[in-house]
Amino acid sequence: MLAISGIVQIVLALVLAPLLQSIINRTKAVFAGRRGQPWLQPYRELWKLVQKGTVYSRTTTAVFVAGPIVGIAAVGLALALVPIGGWPALLSFPGDFLLVAYLLGVGRFFLVSAALDTGSSFEGMGASREVLFSALAEPALLLSLTALAAASHSASLTGIYAAIDSGMPATAAGPAIFLITGAMFVVFLAENARIPVDDPNTHLELTMIHEVMVLDHSGPDFALIQYAAQLKMWLLGSLLLGAAAPFRFGSAWLDLLAGLVGLGAIAVLVGIVESSMARLRLVRVPQFLIAASILSIVALFLVMR
Amino acid sequence: MALWLDVILVLLILTSLWLLGSSRLRACIQAVAFQGIMLGLIPLLCAWPDITVRLAAVAVLSMVVKAIVLPGMLRRAAREANVRYEVQPLIGFTTSLLLGIVLWGLAMHVSRQLPVTMLHVTPLLIPVAIFTIFCGFLLIVSRNTAVMQVIGYLALENGIYVFGWAFAIEDPLLVEMGVLLDVFVAVFVMGIMIYRLSREFDTIETDELDSLKE
Repeated sequence: MLAISGIVQIVLALVLAPLLQSIINRTKAVFAGRRGQPWLQPYRELWKLVQKGTVYSRTTTAVFVAGPIVGIAAVGLALALVPIGGWPALLSFPGDFLLVAYLLGVGRFFLVSAALDTGSSFEGMGASREVLFSALAEPALLLSLTALAAASHSASLTGIYAAIDSGMPATAAGPAIFLITGAMFVVFLAENARIPVDDPNTHLELTMIHEVMVLDHSGPDFALIQYAAQLKMWLLGSLLLGAAAPFRFGSAWLDLLAGLVGLGAIAVLVGIVESSMARLRLVRVPQFLIAASILSIVALFLVMR
Repeated sequence: MALWLDVILVLLILTSLWLLGSSRLRACIQAVAFQGIMLGLIPLLCAWPDITVRLAAVAVLSMVVKAIVLPGMLRRAAREANVRYEVQPLIGFTTSLLLGIVLWGLAMHVSRQLPVTMLHVTPLLIPVAIFTIFCGFLLIVSRNTAVMQVIGYLALENGIYVFGWAFAIEDPLLVEMGVLLDVFVAVFVMGIMIYRLSREFDTIETDELDSLKE
Protein backbone atom coordinates (compact mmCIF):
# COMPACT_ATOMS: atom_id res chain seq x y z
CA MET A 1 0.00 0.00 0.00
CA LEU A 2 2.80 2.38 0.98
CA ALA A 3 4.68 1.72 -2.24
CA ILE A 4 1.54 2.13 -4.36
CA SER A 5 0.61 5.46 -2.78
CA GLY A 6 4.17 6.67 -3.31
CA ILE A 7 4.11 5.63 -6.95
CA VAL A 8 0.72 7.30 -7.50
CA GLN A 9 2.19 10.55 -6.19
CA ILE A 10 5.20 10.36 -8.49
CA VAL A 11 3.07 9.53 -11.54
CA LEU A 12 0.78 12.45 -10.73
CA ALA A 13 3.80 14.73 -10.44
CA LEU A 14 5.27 13.52 -13.72
CA VAL A 15 1.97 13.97 -15.55
CA LEU A 16 0.64 17.17 -14.00
CA ALA A 17 3.79 19.22 -13.34
CA PRO A 18 3.71 21.14 -16.67
CA LEU A 19 0.12 22.08 -15.92
CA LEU A 20 1.31 24.34 -13.07
CA GLN A 21 3.05 26.47 -15.66
CA SER A 22 -0.08 26.83 -17.76
CA ILE A 23 -2.05 27.79 -14.65
CA ILE A 24 0.47 30.57 -13.98
CA ASN A 25 0.30 31.67 -17.61
CA ARG A 26 -3.51 31.67 -17.57
CA THR A 27 -3.60 33.71 -14.36
CA LYS A 28 -1.25 36.28 -15.84
CA ALA A 29 -3.35 36.34 -19.03
CA VAL A 30 -6.52 37.02 -17.04
CA PHE A 31 -4.81 39.91 -15.26
CA ALA A 32 -3.61 41.33 -18.57
CA GLY A 33 -7.04 40.93 -20.18
CA ARG A 34 -5.89 38.28 -22.64
CA ARG A 35 -7.25 34.82 -23.29
CA GLY A 36 -3.95 33.10 -22.69
CA GLN A 37 -2.31 29.99 -24.00
CA PRO A 38 -4.17 26.69 -24.36
CA TRP A 39 -3.97 24.58 -21.20
CA LEU A 40 -1.80 21.97 -22.87
CA GLN A 41 0.73 24.43 -24.31
CA PRO A 42 3.62 23.39 -21.98
CA TYR A 43 3.11 19.75 -23.00
CA ARG A 44 3.10 20.71 -26.68
CA GLU A 45 6.31 22.66 -26.25
CA LEU A 46 7.98 19.71 -24.58
CA TRP A 47 6.78 17.41 -27.38
CA LYS A 48 8.05 19.84 -30.01
CA LEU A 49 11.49 19.97 -28.40
CA VAL A 50 11.70 16.21 -28.03
CA GLN A 51 11.14 15.76 -31.78
CA LYS A 52 13.93 18.15 -32.70
CA GLY A 53 17.59 17.27 -33.15
CA THR A 54 20.28 18.36 -30.71
CA VAL A 55 23.13 20.67 -31.63
CA TYR A 56 26.36 20.48 -29.67
CA SER A 57 28.99 23.15 -29.94
CA ARG A 58 32.52 21.90 -30.73
CA THR A 59 33.85 23.51 -27.56
CA THR A 60 31.60 21.49 -25.27
CA THR A 61 32.50 18.23 -23.56
CA ALA A 62 30.66 15.41 -21.84
CA VAL A 63 29.87 17.79 -18.94
CA PHE A 64 27.55 19.70 -21.23
CA VAL A 65 25.67 16.51 -22.16
CA ALA A 66 25.50 15.40 -18.53
CA GLY A 67 23.90 18.66 -17.30
CA PRO A 68 20.28 18.09 -18.29
CA ILE A 69 20.38 14.35 -17.58
CA VAL A 70 21.75 14.68 -14.06
CA GLY A 71 19.40 17.62 -13.52
CA ILE A 72 16.27 15.62 -14.22
CA ALA A 73 17.54 12.54 -12.42
CA ALA A 74 18.20 14.55 -9.27
CA VAL A 75 14.77 16.18 -9.30
CA GLY A 76 13.08 12.84 -10.06
CA LEU A 77 14.79 11.21 -7.10
CA ALA A 78 13.90 14.12 -4.84
CA LEU A 79 10.24 13.74 -5.88
CA ALA A 80 10.24 10.24 -4.37
CA LEU A 81 11.04 11.77 -0.96
CA VAL A 82 8.43 14.52 -0.83
CA PRO A 83 4.92 13.70 0.39
CA ILE A 84 1.83 15.49 -0.88
CA GLY A 85 -1.75 15.63 0.34
CA GLY A 86 -1.03 13.76 3.57
CA TRP A 87 0.09 10.65 1.72
CA PRO A 88 3.40 9.14 2.80
CA ALA A 89 6.24 9.54 0.33
CA LEU A 90 7.67 6.56 -1.55
CA LEU A 91 10.97 6.74 0.33
CA SER A 92 11.32 8.08 3.81
CA PHE A 93 14.13 7.92 6.33
CA PRO A 94 15.51 10.21 9.06
CA GLY A 95 17.31 13.15 7.51
CA ASP A 96 15.78 12.85 4.06
CA PHE A 97 15.00 16.58 3.94
CA LEU A 98 18.74 17.21 3.75
CA LEU A 99 18.92 14.83 0.81
CA VAL A 100 16.09 16.70 -0.96
CA ALA A 101 17.83 20.04 -0.48
CA TYR A 102 21.13 18.71 -1.76
CA LEU A 103 19.65 16.71 -4.63
CA LEU A 104 18.34 20.05 -5.86
CA GLY A 105 21.85 21.34 -5.28
CA VAL A 106 23.39 18.53 -7.35
CA GLY A 107 21.01 19.20 -10.24
CA ARG A 108 21.89 22.86 -10.12
CA PHE A 109 25.62 22.14 -9.91
CA PHE A 110 25.55 20.11 -13.10
CA LEU A 111 23.40 22.66 -14.91
CA VAL A 112 25.84 25.40 -13.91
CA SER A 113 28.80 23.24 -14.96
CA ALA A 114 27.16 22.68 -18.34
CA ALA A 115 26.69 26.42 -18.72
CA LEU A 116 30.34 27.05 -17.87
CA ASP A 117 31.37 24.24 -20.20
CA THR A 118 30.14 26.18 -23.22
CA GLY A 119 32.89 28.72 -22.60
CA SER A 120 30.55 31.60 -23.34
CA SER A 121 31.08 34.51 -20.98
CA PHE A 122 27.40 35.31 -21.24
CA GLU A 123 26.37 31.94 -19.86
CA GLY A 124 29.06 32.21 -17.24
CA MET A 125 27.41 35.40 -16.05
CA GLY A 126 24.04 33.67 -15.82
CA ALA A 127 25.61 30.75 -13.98
CA SER A 128 27.28 33.08 -11.51
CA ARG A 129 24.01 34.82 -10.73
CA GLU A 130 22.15 31.55 -10.41
CA VAL A 131 24.73 30.25 -7.96
CA LEU A 132 24.70 33.47 -5.94
CA PHE A 133 20.94 33.50 -5.54
CA SER A 134 20.57 29.81 -4.86
CA ALA A 135 23.39 29.99 -2.33
CA LEU A 136 21.34 32.61 -0.53
CA ALA A 137 18.07 30.69 -0.90
CA GLU A 138 19.50 27.41 0.29
CA PRO A 139 19.98 28.42 3.95
CA ALA A 140 16.39 29.64 4.01
CA LEU A 141 15.10 26.30 2.73
CA LEU A 142 17.33 24.21 4.98
CA LEU A 143 16.65 26.27 8.09
CA SER A 144 12.90 26.20 7.41
CA LEU A 145 12.94 22.42 7.09
CA THR A 146 15.18 22.15 10.16
CA ALA A 147 12.76 24.30 12.14
CA LEU A 148 9.87 22.10 11.02
CA ALA A 149 11.84 19.01 11.97
CA ALA A 150 12.67 20.45 15.39
CA ALA A 151 9.04 21.39 15.99
CA SER A 152 7.68 17.99 14.98
CA HIS A 153 10.47 15.92 16.60
CA SER A 154 10.80 13.99 13.38
CA ALA A 155 13.66 14.00 10.91
CA SER A 156 11.92 12.69 7.81
CA LEU A 157 9.70 14.74 5.51
CA THR A 158 6.84 12.26 5.80
CA GLY A 159 7.03 12.44 9.61
CA ILE A 160 7.27 16.24 9.58
CA TYR A 161 4.23 16.70 7.41
CA ALA A 162 2.27 14.03 9.28
CA ALA A 163 2.92 16.01 12.48
CA ILE A 164 1.69 19.19 10.82
CA ASP A 165 -1.43 17.37 9.64
CA SER A 166 -2.16 16.14 13.13
CA GLY A 167 -2.60 19.60 14.54
CA MET A 168 0.84 21.04 15.19
CA PRO A 169 -0.08 24.54 13.87
CA ALA A 170 -2.52 24.96 16.76
CA THR A 171 0.22 24.41 19.33
CA ALA A 172 3.04 26.69 20.44
CA ALA A 173 4.81 26.04 17.13
CA GLY A 174 1.99 27.80 15.24
CA PRO A 175 3.64 31.22 14.82
CA ALA A 176 6.86 29.51 13.74
CA ILE A 177 5.04 27.63 10.97
CA PHE A 178 3.55 30.94 9.87
CA LEU A 179 7.09 32.36 9.49
CA ILE A 180 8.35 29.22 7.77
CA THR A 181 5.57 29.46 5.21
CA GLY A 182 6.72 32.97 4.35
CA ALA A 183 10.34 31.90 4.03
CA MET A 184 9.44 28.89 1.91
CA PHE A 185 7.34 30.98 -0.45
CA VAL A 186 10.33 33.25 -1.07
CA VAL A 187 12.48 30.18 -1.68
CA PHE A 188 9.81 28.84 -4.03
CA LEU A 189 9.87 32.06 -6.06
CA ALA A 190 13.67 32.23 -6.12
CA GLU A 191 14.33 28.59 -6.96
CA ASN A 192 11.76 28.55 -9.72
CA ALA A 193 13.12 31.75 -11.24
CA ARG A 194 9.88 33.69 -10.87
CA ILE A 195 9.28 37.40 -10.27
CA PRO A 196 10.45 39.19 -8.09
CA VAL A 197 13.77 37.34 -8.28
CA ASP A 198 13.92 36.43 -11.94
CA ASP A 199 11.57 37.08 -14.83
CA PRO A 200 10.83 33.91 -16.82
CA ASN A 201 9.67 35.98 -19.81
CA THR A 202 12.63 38.27 -20.12
CA HIS A 203 14.99 37.91 -23.03
CA LEU A 204 17.09 40.92 -22.26
CA GLU A 205 20.68 39.90 -21.72
CA LEU A 206 21.35 42.10 -18.72
CA THR A 207 18.44 40.86 -16.66
CA MET A 208 18.22 37.17 -17.42
CA ILE A 209 19.38 34.73 -14.78
CA HIS A 210 18.08 31.25 -15.21
CA GLU A 211 17.32 31.62 -18.89
CA VAL A 212 20.90 32.59 -19.71
CA MET A 213 22.36 29.38 -18.39
CA VAL A 214 20.38 27.13 -20.67
CA LEU A 215 20.69 29.11 -23.89
CA ASP A 216 23.03 26.62 -25.54
CA HIS A 217 20.89 23.58 -24.91
CA SER A 218 18.64 22.50 -27.73
CA GLY A 219 16.14 19.83 -28.65
CA PRO A 220 15.59 16.95 -26.21
CA ASP A 221 18.26 18.34 -23.87
CA PHE A 222 16.34 21.58 -23.54
CA ALA A 223 13.11 19.63 -23.09
CA LEU A 224 14.72 17.78 -20.17
CA ILE A 225 15.78 21.07 -18.59
CA GLN A 226 12.31 22.56 -18.97
CA TYR A 227 10.67 19.43 -17.62
CA ALA A 228 13.08 19.28 -14.68
CA ALA A 229 12.23 22.90 -13.88
CA GLN A 230 8.51 22.07 -13.92
CA LEU A 231 9.06 19.07 -11.66
CA LYS A 232 11.11 21.23 -9.32
CA MET A 233 8.23 23.69 -9.09
CA TRP A 234 5.92 20.79 -8.22
CA LEU A 235 8.35 19.57 -5.57
CA LEU A 236 8.92 22.92 -3.88
CA GLY A 237 5.20 23.62 -4.16
CA SER A 238 4.48 20.39 -2.27
CA LEU A 239 6.95 21.35 0.46
CA LEU A 240 5.34 24.78 0.78
CA LEU A 241 1.79 23.49 0.64
CA GLY A 242 2.33 20.86 3.33
CA ALA A 243 3.37 23.58 5.77
CA ALA A 244 1.02 26.34 4.62
CA ALA A 245 -2.33 24.63 4.14
CA PRO A 246 -2.62 21.18 5.68
CA PHE A 247 -6.30 20.67 4.84
CA ARG A 248 -7.36 17.12 5.63
CA PHE A 249 -10.79 15.59 5.18
CA GLY A 250 -10.18 12.11 6.52
CA SER A 251 -10.49 10.33 3.20
CA ALA A 252 -7.17 9.61 1.51
CA TRP A 253 -8.37 10.42 -2.02
CA LEU A 254 -10.04 13.65 -0.93
CA ASP A 255 -6.81 14.63 0.81
CA LEU A 256 -4.83 13.99 -2.33
CA LEU A 257 -7.32 16.03 -4.33
CA ALA A 258 -6.96 18.84 -1.78
CA GLY A 259 -3.20 18.65 -2.28
CA LEU A 260 -3.54 18.97 -6.06
CA VAL A 261 -5.99 21.86 -5.74
CA GLY A 262 -3.57 23.47 -3.28
CA LEU A 263 -0.73 23.24 -5.78
CA GLY A 264 -2.99 24.86 -8.35
CA ALA A 265 -3.74 27.60 -5.84
CA ILE A 266 -0.02 28.20 -5.32
CA ALA A 267 0.35 28.53 -9.11
CA VAL A 268 -2.49 31.07 -9.16
CA LEU A 269 -0.79 32.95 -6.30
CA VAL A 270 2.47 33.03 -8.27
CA GLY A 271 0.53 34.35 -11.28
CA ILE A 272 -0.98 37.10 -9.11
CA VAL A 273 2.44 38.01 -7.68
CA GLU A 274 3.89 38.18 -11.18
CA SER A 275 1.09 40.36 -12.51
CA SER A 276 1.05 42.74 -9.58
CA MET A 277 4.71 43.47 -8.93
CA ALA A 278 7.85 44.21 -10.87
CA ARG A 279 11.00 42.23 -10.39
CA LEU A 280 13.47 43.54 -7.87
CA ARG A 281 16.61 45.28 -8.91
CA LEU A 282 19.44 42.79 -9.07
CA VAL A 283 21.20 44.33 -6.08
CA ARG A 284 18.05 44.08 -3.98
CA VAL A 285 17.51 40.36 -4.60
CA PRO A 286 20.12 39.19 -2.05
CA GLN A 287 18.43 41.34 0.59
CA PHE A 288 15.10 39.70 -0.26
CA LEU A 289 16.59 36.22 0.07
CA ILE A 290 18.44 37.07 3.28
CA ALA A 291 15.16 38.30 4.71
CA ALA A 292 13.73 34.83 4.00
CA SER A 293 16.68 33.23 5.80
CA ILE A 294 16.11 35.55 8.73
CA LEU A 295 12.45 34.56 8.93
CA SER A 296 13.46 30.92 9.12
CA ILE A 297 16.15 31.61 11.75
CA VAL A 298 13.59 33.41 13.91
CA ALA A 299 11.29 30.41 13.45
CA LEU A 300 14.07 28.04 14.42
CA PHE A 301 14.76 30.00 17.61
CA LEU A 302 11.05 29.98 18.36
CA VAL A 303 10.65 26.22 18.17
CA MET A 304 13.90 25.56 20.02
CA ARG A 305 13.19 27.79 23.01
CA MET B 1 -5.30 32.98 24.02
CA ALA B 2 -1.64 32.02 24.47
CA LEU B 3 -1.46 31.20 20.76
CA TRP B 4 -2.74 34.62 19.72
CA LEU B 5 -0.39 36.26 22.16
CA ASP B 6 2.44 34.33 20.51
CA VAL B 7 1.29 35.49 17.09
CA ILE B 8 1.33 39.11 18.26
CA LEU B 9 4.78 38.69 19.80
CA VAL B 10 6.09 37.18 16.55
CA LEU B 11 4.61 40.14 14.66
CA LEU B 12 6.50 42.40 17.08
CA ILE B 13 9.73 40.57 16.24
CA LEU B 14 9.04 40.96 12.53
CA THR B 15 8.28 44.67 12.78
CA SER B 16 11.48 45.18 14.77
CA LEU B 17 13.43 43.40 12.03
CA TRP B 18 11.59 45.51 9.46
CA LEU B 19 12.76 48.64 11.29
CA LEU B 20 16.33 47.37 11.07
CA GLY B 21 16.13 46.51 7.39
CA SER B 22 14.16 49.35 5.88
CA SER B 23 15.51 52.64 4.63
CA ARG B 24 12.20 54.41 4.09
CA LEU B 25 11.22 56.63 6.99
CA ARG B 26 7.55 56.41 6.09
CA ALA B 27 7.58 52.61 6.21
CA CYS B 28 9.48 52.68 9.50
CA ILE B 29 7.01 55.09 11.05
CA GLN B 30 4.18 52.83 9.93
CA ALA B 31 5.98 49.84 11.44
CA VAL B 32 6.29 51.63 14.76
CA ALA B 33 2.59 52.53 14.61
CA PHE B 34 1.80 48.86 13.94
CA GLN B 35 3.90 47.93 16.96
CA GLY B 36 1.79 50.37 18.97
CA ILE B 37 -1.40 48.53 17.99
CA MET B 38 0.16 45.18 18.87
CA LEU B 39 1.26 46.56 22.25
CA GLY B 40 -2.25 47.72 22.99
CA LEU B 41 -3.54 44.20 22.36
CA ILE B 42 -0.99 42.50 24.63
CA PRO B 43 -2.51 43.49 28.02
CA LEU B 44 -5.98 42.55 26.77
CA LEU B 45 -4.80 39.10 25.69
CA CYS B 46 -2.77 38.63 28.86
CA ALA B 47 -5.77 39.25 31.05
CA TRP B 48 -8.33 37.49 28.82
CA PRO B 49 -11.14 36.77 29.57
CA ASP B 50 -11.51 39.03 32.64
CA ILE B 51 -10.94 42.48 31.20
CA THR B 52 -11.58 45.37 33.54
CA VAL B 53 -12.61 48.82 32.42
CA ARG B 54 -9.34 50.19 33.73
CA LEU B 55 -7.37 47.70 31.65
CA ALA B 56 -9.36 48.45 28.52
CA ALA B 57 -8.91 52.17 29.06
CA VAL B 58 -5.15 51.80 29.35
CA ALA B 59 -5.03 49.58 26.27
CA VAL B 60 -7.05 52.01 24.18
CA LEU B 61 -5.14 55.02 25.45
CA SER B 62 -1.75 53.45 24.74
CA MET B 63 -2.95 52.41 21.27
CA VAL B 64 -4.11 55.93 20.51
CA VAL B 65 -0.86 57.48 21.71
CA LYS B 66 1.51 54.90 20.24
CA ALA B 67 -0.27 54.15 16.98
CA ILE B 68 -1.81 57.50 16.06
CA VAL B 69 -0.42 60.49 17.96
CA LEU B 70 3.32 59.71 18.06
CA PRO B 71 3.56 58.41 14.47
CA GLY B 72 1.56 61.43 13.35
CA MET B 73 4.06 63.74 15.02
CA LEU B 74 6.97 61.85 13.52
CA ARG B 75 5.39 61.98 10.08
CA ARG B 76 4.98 65.72 10.39
CA ALA B 77 8.56 66.13 11.55
CA ALA B 78 9.81 64.08 8.61
CA ARG B 79 7.70 66.05 6.17
CA GLU B 80 8.78 69.41 7.50
CA ALA B 81 12.41 68.39 7.52
CA ASN B 82 11.84 67.05 4.00
CA VAL B 83 13.57 63.69 4.49
CA ARG B 84 12.25 60.44 3.06
CA TYR B 85 15.14 58.02 3.32
CA GLU B 86 17.87 57.06 5.70
CA VAL B 87 20.59 57.31 3.11
CA GLN B 88 23.81 56.21 4.72
CA PRO B 89 23.44 54.51 8.09
CA LEU B 90 26.57 53.76 10.08
CA ILE B 91 25.67 50.07 9.88
CA GLY B 92 24.19 48.90 6.59
CA PHE B 93 20.69 47.49 6.33
CA THR B 94 21.64 43.90 5.60
CA THR B 95 24.26 43.98 8.34
CA SER B 96 21.69 45.44 10.71
CA LEU B 97 19.33 42.57 9.88
CA LEU B 98 22.02 40.00 10.57
CA LEU B 99 22.91 41.83 13.79
CA GLY B 100 19.21 41.68 14.59
CA ILE B 101 19.33 37.90 14.42
CA VAL B 102 22.35 37.88 16.73
CA LEU B 103 20.45 40.15 19.11
CA TRP B 104 17.44 37.81 18.98
CA GLY B 105 19.67 34.91 19.99
CA LEU B 106 21.20 37.05 22.72
CA ALA B 107 17.74 38.05 23.96
CA MET B 108 16.70 34.40 24.15
CA HIS B 109 19.89 33.64 26.06
CA VAL B 110 19.53 36.54 28.48
CA SER B 111 15.90 35.74 29.17
CA ARG B 112 16.86 32.19 30.09
CA GLN B 113 19.33 33.53 32.65
CA LEU B 114 16.75 35.77 34.29
CA PRO B 115 15.27 34.30 37.46
CA VAL B 116 11.73 34.99 36.34
CA THR B 117 9.20 32.68 37.92
CA MET B 118 6.02 34.60 37.25
CA LEU B 119 5.61 33.70 33.61
CA HIS B 120 1.91 33.10 33.82
CA VAL B 121 1.24 33.74 30.16
CA THR B 122 3.86 32.82 27.59
CA PRO B 123 7.60 32.24 27.89
CA LEU B 124 8.07 34.34 24.76
CA LEU B 125 7.16 37.64 26.42
CA ILE B 126 10.55 38.35 28.06
CA PRO B 127 12.79 37.52 25.06
CA VAL B 128 10.61 39.61 22.74
CA ALA B 129 10.73 42.52 25.19
CA ILE B 130 14.51 42.33 25.46
CA PHE B 131 14.86 41.93 21.70
CA THR B 132 12.73 45.00 21.01
CA ILE B 133 14.81 47.00 23.49
CA PHE B 134 18.02 45.82 21.79
CA CYS B 135 16.67 46.76 18.37
CA GLY B 136 15.78 50.21 19.66
CA PHE B 137 19.32 50.69 20.95
CA LEU B 138 20.80 49.44 17.69
CA LEU B 139 18.66 51.89 15.70
CA ILE B 140 19.66 54.79 17.94
CA VAL B 141 23.38 54.14 17.60
CA SER B 142 23.49 53.08 13.96
CA ARG B 143 21.30 55.60 12.16
CA ASN B 144 22.21 59.09 11.12
CA THR B 145 18.94 60.92 10.68
CA ALA B 146 17.28 62.24 13.78
CA VAL B 147 13.89 60.84 12.75
CA MET B 148 15.24 57.30 12.64
CA GLN B 149 16.81 57.79 16.06
CA VAL B 150 13.47 58.88 17.46
CA ILE B 151 11.93 55.76 15.89
CA GLY B 152 14.61 53.73 17.65
CA TYR B 153 13.72 55.46 20.90
CA LEU B 154 10.06 54.51 20.38
CA ALA B 155 11.00 50.88 19.67
CA LEU B 156 13.07 50.90 22.86
CA GLU B 157 10.14 52.23 24.81
CA ASN B 158 7.84 49.62 23.24
CA GLY B 159 10.19 46.92 24.50
CA ILE B 160 10.11 48.36 28.00
CA TYR B 161 6.32 48.41 27.83
CA VAL B 162 6.22 44.70 26.91
CA PHE B 163 8.68 44.01 29.71
CA GLY B 164 6.32 45.74 32.12
CA TRP B 165 3.46 43.51 31.10
CA ALA B 166 5.60 40.43 31.53
CA PHE B 167 5.76 41.05 35.26
CA ALA B 168 2.40 42.20 36.39
CA ILE B 169 -1.02 42.82 34.97
CA GLU B 170 -2.67 45.01 37.58
CA ASP B 171 -0.09 47.06 39.41
CA PRO B 172 1.92 49.19 37.04
CA LEU B 173 -0.99 50.96 35.34
CA LEU B 174 -0.09 54.23 36.99
CA VAL B 175 3.56 53.78 36.06
CA GLU B 176 2.59 53.01 32.47
CA MET B 177 0.58 56.22 32.38
CA GLY B 178 3.61 58.15 33.56
CA VAL B 179 5.84 56.49 30.99
CA LEU B 180 3.33 57.18 28.25
CA LEU B 181 3.26 60.85 29.19
CA ASP B 182 7.05 60.92 29.30
CA VAL B 183 7.35 59.43 25.85
CA PHE B 184 4.74 61.79 24.51
CA VAL B 185 6.60 64.82 25.78
CA ALA B 186 9.93 63.41 24.61
CA VAL B 187 8.74 62.82 21.06
CA PHE B 188 7.04 66.20 21.07
CA VAL B 189 10.32 67.90 22.00
CA MET B 190 12.29 65.76 19.55
CA GLY B 191 9.87 66.67 16.76
CA ILE B 192 10.47 70.35 17.42
CA MET B 193 14.21 69.71 17.63
CA ILE B 194 14.20 67.92 14.29
CA TYR B 195 12.36 70.83 12.73
CA ARG B 196 14.78 73.41 14.15
CA LEU B 197 17.73 71.26 13.14
CA SER B 198 16.59 70.97 9.56
CA ARG B 199 15.81 74.69 9.34
CA GLU B 200 19.13 75.70 10.80
CA PHE B 201 21.43 73.30 8.97
CA ASP B 202 19.44 72.02 5.96
CA THR B 203 19.98 68.47 7.23
CA ILE B 204 18.88 66.29 10.10
CA GLU B 205 21.99 64.18 10.21
CA THR B 206 23.05 64.24 13.81
CA ASP B 207 26.66 63.72 12.80
CA GLU B 208 26.67 67.29 11.59
CA LEU B 209 26.37 68.38 15.21
CA ASP B 210 29.95 67.20 15.73
CA SER B 211 31.21 70.10 13.69
CA LEU B 212 29.55 72.75 15.85
CA LYS B 213 31.92 75.32 17.29
CA GLU B 214 31.34 77.91 19.92
